[in-house]
Amino acid sequence: MKRVFGDRKTIIILLAPTLVLYIALKVVPVAWSLGLSFFEGNTLRGFTFVGIDNFAKFVQDPAGIQSLWVSIIFAVLATAGQIVFGYLLALLYVFVLRKGSAFIRTAVFFPMVLPTVAVALLFKSFVAVGDNQGPVNDVLNFLGLGSVEFLASTVGTMGVALAMTWWSSMGFYAVLLYTGLLDIPDEVIESARIDGANGIRLVRHIVLPLSLPILISSIIFSFNSTLKVFDSLLALNGGGPGTTTAPLTLYMYRTAFEYAEYGYGSTIALVLTLLCLVFTLAVFRSTSKKSAEA
Amino acid sequence: MNPRRTPKALLASGIALLTIASLAACSSGAAETGGSDSASGPSGTDPDTFTVLSANENTTLATELDALAAGACKAEDKALPLEHETVAQADVVQKVTLLASQDSLPAHFIAGTAMVRPDGDLGAADLVLDYKSALTDLGVWDQILPAASSTIENVYGQMVSLPYQYNLEGIFYNKKIFAELGIEEPKTFDELLDASATLKDAGYTPFAEAGAAAWPLTRLIGMYAYRLVGPEAMTAIRDDKAKLTDDGYVEAAQAVADLADKGYFGQGFVSTDPAAATNAFLTGEAAMKYDGTWLLSNINDPAQNKIGEDNIGFMPFPAVDGGKGSIDQWPANAGTAFAMNPKSYGPKVGAWLKCIAENYGSQALADAGVISGFKVNEEVPDLPVTTAAIQEQVASVDETVLWFEALMDGKSTSLAQSNVSLLVTGQLSAEDYMSQLQQSIDQNR
Repeated sequence: MKRVFGDRKTIIILLAPTLVLYIALKVVPVAWSLGLSFFEGNTLRGFTFVGIDNFAKFVQDPAGIQSLWVSIIFAVLATAGQIVFGYLLALLYVFVLRKGSAFIRTAVFFPMVLPTVAVALLFKSFVAVGDNQGPVNDVLNFLGLGSVEFLASTVGTMGVALAMTWWSSMGFYAVLLYTGLLDIPDEVIESARIDGANGIRLVRHIVLPLSLPILISSIIFSFNSTLKVFDSLLALNGGGPGTTTAPLTLYMYRTAFEYAEYGYGSTIALVLTLLCLVFTLAVFRSTSKKSAEA
Repeated sequence: MNPRRTPKALLASGIALLTIASLAACSSGAAETGGSDSASGPSGTDPDTFTVLSANENTTLATELDALAAGACKAEDKALPLEHETVAQADVVQKVTLLASQDSLPAHFIAGTAMVRPDGDLGAADLVLDYKSALTDLGVWDQILPAASSTIENVYGQMVSLPYQYNLEGIFYNKKIFAELGIEEPKTFDELLDASATLKDAGYTPFAEAGAAAWPLTRLIGMYAYRLVGPEAMTAIRDDKAKLTDDGYVEAAQAVADLADKGYFGQGFVSTDPAAATNAFLTGEAAMKYDGTWLLSNINDPAQNKIGEDNIGFMPFPAVDGGKGSIDQWPANAGTAFAMNPKSYGPKVGAWLKCIAENYGSQALADAGVISGFKVNEEVPDLPVTTAAIQEQVASVDETVLWFEALMDGKSTSLAQSNVSLLVTGQLSAEDYMSQLQQSIDQNR
């Protein structure tokens, strides 16, 4: 086996088909999009080279900057909720429910398999007002409060979008983090307990440091998926009211496909890619420092 | 710096450069895309089929064209079989742009409003047929109602769409509720406000309003502006002779915001979709609905209309005190843009065009109760009462105006519609709404 993998030709033969596919389907479109961001126009009108004009335009574009903030705020809050709730659930599975956690794990994981658009429509009807009032406003009315049109305000829409994201994905992160917690040897926990570490102290000083690698992976995973949120916010309220909950992805889609400005659309896509990269590197850096300190 | 990264960086730069170079090569090729001259007769080459690309949401057109293919246009269908392709309304610009750039446009296709204007992507590339000269050559130009052709020319700047619909817009109202509360048809905006207050006090929703679609709200702003500033209100904005931040336009936005603030649109109107709003009106829960005459297809459907077709009145948007506009200036439109590709406009496609022009009016009216901008050449007996009344109204209209966003570019139209929910919920002032919109219009001029 060692001889096979030591042979350069074999490596090339084994890697080539996948590498060609990867380059054709991933690298070329990304490079193509990168190239497009220096042009203006579309496939019908033709493309004109504009240098870095699109980037200058983005910096001065209030709608673009607003979308950038929507993406960042949504990603930070959604990631925080997904990881905190996921971690708490994972702790619950391991330390409280133990072997009897299978049913709860499955039940909490279940929303993850539902299509996001269906979940968005479900939450839309939960908070509906008017003729087809949803259960949330029924509860408010029962408590003697007036109905609230959540989707008419930015805070309301963002709140519903976050609740929806947390509900549908915390089960996934709980399972991911649960597997990390299972890797912590029982002996370590036991000896910590014998040494007097219990409850929060046990989690803070033993469980958290030992599950840090999987926690970091989860944070990066969560950031990258929530920064690219598109379908749920589109289906929930179309990025409204106004464009106050329209993330970069939605702005990019509208620019490229509704206004047929492929060049500027590609620029927005590039900004999003850079954002993902910056977030990932920031998380990596902060954790590598922590590991070094540890 | 890690020296091992240099080849990778070189490779990445190489790919990027290659991409830019290939795109630059592309640019010259794409710019050359141009259509044939459409000014004289069927000069293109007939395709194998008469393919019509329409919106998923509009099933009437496909049904009526199928009916023509089986009836009045049987010979044309035999020579060049009719086929349908559909696209979601929201994806029209994207799909048509791609098809046009690949030289694969079907013979007859839906298009975005801005695309078919002379300076639009299709218009500039000469990819839209001039129906006026084509229909004149075919000897059937008189089959297009003058009001419809003038509306099309006003919106698109040239005769590049067929009027499969000809709609007036106004306020549909429930005659029974009006009679019950002693309300007369409001002639002024103040009377409309009084009527709305009476209706609300009696427990009715004054206006069924589909806020989720946004355009039913912006239409009201536009109509108020037309009544206050005059019929040239939006042309003046297009021609930069007036600004949306001028008093009359801001007052229009404020008037609609006030209607919402007083609760005249009912609870939850911001997220109400068009079907729910239509249902609220046709079940007698709401007393009025601003809409186009395309609502006739819902009104004529007994499964939807629970208040009875005799019970529905149709009035123009009322006058505004001291305004320069008149109640007789009806907003009109001729449906979505439906263009033909000059390259595939051969003799057989020309025969189809002639047959549609001569027969679509009667066919759509008799079969679906749809009022189109084509002449009705055969008498249609037993028309539903509301349809007959509106058809009479259409015939008597002398002066028409467009709708609020009709002359705006795509981006500004989108902004007008997305920001209106902020306006009617008090999150954006009338001044800010109009100033943001004006800024967008100026930027995209």
